[in-house]
Amino acid sequence: MPDTIYKKSRPGRHGFRVAPDAPKPDLPDEFLRDGPIGLPEVTEPQVMRHYVELSTLNHHVDKDLYPLGSCTMKYNPKVNEEVAALAGFSGLHPEQDERDVQGALGVIHDLEDQLAVVSGMDAVTLQPAAGAHGELTGLIVARAYFGNRGEPGRTRVLIPDSAHGTNPASAKIAGLEPETIHSGADGRIDVAALRERLDNDVAVLMLTVPNTLGLFEDRITEITAAVHKVGGLCYMDGTNMNALMGQVRPGDLGFDVMHFNLHKTFSTPHGGGGPGSGPVAVKSHLEPFLPGPRVQRAGDGFRFAPQSVLRVGPVHSFFGNFGIYLRALAYIMRLGADGIRHASQVACLNANYLARRLGDEYPIPYGQRCMHEFVASGDRFREYGVRTLDIAKRLLDYGFHAPTMYFPLVVQEAIMVEPTETETLETLDRFADTMLDIAREAREHPERLTLAPTRTPVRRVDETMANRHPVITAPGREST
Amino acid sequence: MDQSNIRFTKDHEWIRVDGDSGEAVVGITDFAAGELGDIVFVELPDVGESVTAGETMGTIEAVKTVADVYAPASGKVVAVNEELEDAPDRVNASPFDEGWFVRVELSDPEQLDALMNAEAYRDMTGQS
Amino acid sequence: MPYTSHTEDDRLKMLHALGIESEDELFASIPVEHRLRDLLAMETGRTEPELMRSFRERAAANRPAAAAVSFLGGGVYDHAVPAAVRNIASRPEFATAYTPYQAEVSQGTLQVIFEFQTHVSRLTELPVANASMYDAATALAEAVLMAARVTRRNTVLLPASLNPRYRAVVERYCEGQSIALRSVPLSEAGDIDAAALRDRLDESVAGVVVQTPGYFGVIEKPWTFSDAVHDAGALLVAVTDPISLSILRAPGSWGADIAVGEAQPLGGDMNFGGPLLGIMACTNKLIRRMPGRIVSASTDVDGRDAYVLTLQTREQHIRREKASSNICSNQGLMATRATVYLSLLGETGFVELGRSCFAAAHQLAAMIDALDGYGLRYRGPFFREFVVTCRRDASDVVHAARERGVFAGIPLSRYFGPSRRRELLVAVTEKHNTADFELLCEALAPAG
Repeated sequence: MPDTIYKKSRPGRHGFRVAPDAPKPDLPDEFLRDGPIGLPEVTEPQVMRHYVELSTLNHHVDKDLYPLGSCTMKYNPKVNEEVAALAGFSGLHPEQDERDVQGALGVIHDLEDQLAVVSGMDAVTLQPAAGAHGELTGLIVARAYFGNRGEPGRTRVLIPDSAHGTNPASAKIAGLEPETIHSGADGRIDVAALRERLDNDVAVLMLTVPNTLGLFEDRITEITAAVHKVGGLCYMDGTNMNALMGQVRPGDLGFDVMHFNLHKTFSTPHGGGGPGSGPVAVKSHLEPFLPGPRVQRAGDGFRFAPQSVLRVGPVHSFFGNFGIYLRALAYIMRLGADGIRHASQVACLNANYLARRLGDEYPIPYGQRCMHEFVASGDRFREYGVRTLDIAKRLLDYGFHAPTMYFPLVVQEAIMVEPTETETLETLDRFADTMLDIAREAREHPERLTLAPTRTPVRRVDETMANRHPVITAPGREST
Repeated sequence: MDQSNIRFTKDHEWIRVDGDSGEAVVGITDFAAGELGDIVFVELPDVGESVTAGETMGTIEAVKTVADVYAPASGKVVAVNEELEDAPDRVNASPFDEGWFVRVELSDPEQLDALMNAEAYRDMTGQS
Repeated sequence: MPYTSHTEDDRLKMLHALGIESEDELFASIPVEHRLRDLLAMETGRTEPELMRSFRERAAANRPAAAAVSFLGGGVYDHAVPAAVRNIASRPEFATAYTPYQAEVSQGTLQVIFEFQTHVSRLTELPVANASMYDAATALAEAVLMAARVTRRNTVLLPASLNPRYRAVVERYCEGQSIALRSVPLSEAGDIDAAALRDRLDESVAGVVVQTPGYFGVIEKPWTFSDAVHDAGALLVAVTDPISLSILRAPGSWGADIAVGEAQPLGGDMNFGGPLLGIMACTNKLIRRMPGRIVSASTDVDGRDAYVLTLQTREQHIRREKASSNICSNQGLMATRATVYLSLLGETGFVELGRSCFAAAHQLAAMIDALDGYGLRYRGPFFREFVVTCRRDASDVVHAARERGVFAGIPLSRYFGPSRRRELLVAVTEKHNTADFELLCEALAPAG
């Protein structure tokens, strides 16, 4: 394992230096640091070797498959990087005169437009910086809508038990009250049970479609109609949009508001944990409440639209993650209407194919017909002393990243698989063959799983110690 | 171990009355600790706080889970096991003894009559 | 079709394995009346060269501040981005990697975050730092919520020198939590009026926010009131400019319990305001109350040094509605850039950078002060940003300067109303030189 950059430091070494003669600041001592910061002293060649070496320790999309359900780890096109790196975009300051950022305003306008088309909604804001941020924004908009209608008592947000944890967390931060609704035996919403929970204090029904089991709610129009009947709104978590784009529009299914995850559906890179982007799309009755500023056409060009007085305030310092949604627009334009439809089609084909190949060894509780992802169970291997965690760790030995595990909570020892559309048939077969080998190993040599991984740069890490006695920084400069 | 003076809740807390002092000590059972796995952190009420039977009074964390801790009986917290801050593993190693959570001055000792005794708890958890 | 690979052979093989005739059957559960028969109402796909052409045209329709003589600041700054930073950040091993939940195959990302946490901790002099937040505005909003949770109180004091864009986002987050926000006025010198602050400290105050340097550029003296804040049972929340921490006293040294800031200047492009990079650091006591991802050093089963995400039970995927925050991502790649940036500049380079920004800003301030009808608005000490009082409407000044290719600054009327219409916020970085300053002065006060 490499040392930290701090261990490679030697006093007197320099890397990037722009002002060797800069004078000491003319300020009273009380304002100034009274000692060194404690940053490392290394050269540029050292820095390059250090971070390049670290990079080799990572799995990444350009290396091999990430079959992570609900993450849509599709290929990140390199042309998007070229677009985002154009100095005419990266060098823009957000406080610049509108006349000097017409190209950027055009990007915002066009992407808002394209996302409205994909979603079947009327208006879009690109401000939220991540999916969870989009959820929060959408819920704040819903709350403002009800406040404006004189219905502040509507605070209940109904969320299925299969939902991602960000859903109830976002509801709380938005000042609303999340409530769990249970899935039926078929993995979908129990509509009768839902109807019993609907009343005039329901603000929002928050659904992921297809749901986290990869199943489409076939009674969706009935569901959204029932919510509308009691005066509530329907929110769609767009995490799984990769199954739907070009096939059906959430707006047509009765949703009033939804968010997108550009870093999932629209190919922007995951970056080791961000930055993402979570635009929110709404029907016209919610448009006045969208946070601004938004962009509209003005003559031959664009301008920031005058702010609606009803709009909720901003959720981000400026316009959201412009550099990210620039990439998303490039992707959408590259694919076009035909490419978008083709992408969701292949995503579903690939997932169903894997479900077929794996479903005998890894039972899929809700059946093998899925959309772009499916949830299998590793429960049957418990008798060999093997858990889903061990299966995941053994996959790492074979060069794959593990699928999503232990989510959704409604399946025991859950394994959620989403291959995406950018994988070849050979890769799908290689992954399926490996999973079948691992199932065999579980029965015949379970220790190969429970002791896995053995072929990765490090083996299983002591999380108990990291949680009991966290070490957050490199030793050396003790502060407070 | 003599568990004749201990009572148990359905949420796996135990409560042990201390003689005639009017106080009782509270913790979680070995069964619960086993289910949670390595305990990494315990969040407890402050000394002086009131707790109410059946309501949450804190949380207990393992690496990947967090669970509520419910007060078995009502009263005022008179002592908190400070050792758990640096050594949460005590809960795994010695859940009925060194891994205790709080000592409570009971406001209504009769509440304990409604709780399970050791045998009933073992039945519930399938340990008998 | 771009990026997908199935040949007709592949496709037929797969359909056969599934026992279906066409992919259409996979969408059978979608209500037939809503199933799209036609393609979406958008253009067909373009080739890569066509795409680049279109975006080059769009980019050419912009006049980027980074290529102009620009004095725009207000939280986002035009600093030099080292080539090595771009190079590392563009590597697919970092850019296309997922969140490091499987530690064994994510040590690159995890160690980078660990070094990032270390850098942030040393800059702020607070022992705990997280893996980053979306931006300073949301980091501050989360810090405010944190203060309310920890103290179980519901009022927070915000200085009048707080970045107005951050204030707006804080308001958004507080609405849902019934937290009252109250303002603390400034003194004549431009820093927080400490007496006014003390007057407002009561049992309902959960936290006091101090931005230093403030939005108007003035450096605060929080050590003169930090004890009062703590004695009142409140937390002290610092909002910082990380570049200023190269030379200025760090928040941890003057009693801040939580520090947040905008780290875009640390190796990030301006990107028209996003992606940015929020940093957050806190005292040891608060570690389990802080949102965001945290990486810890540990060991693996063979005793090797290894890093892993820790304290995940704070996070939404476990605590769900009881989570302290809904945040699910950090600004991974931006944090990578900042880590490389600070490693590359290092102790010497970073301190020199800060000193040069300070010196340059003071040189410009003196030059502007010498112009007829122009002067510095505040007497308090400043780092690299300051407010100029102009002899006419600052918006007019900005317009006129723009005609000469100079982006003069941010007119304060944009956020603070017509009463401040003659005031202009001017920011300086190490990219500026004396010729730039002369251009600005000529734009402000044209000769003849």
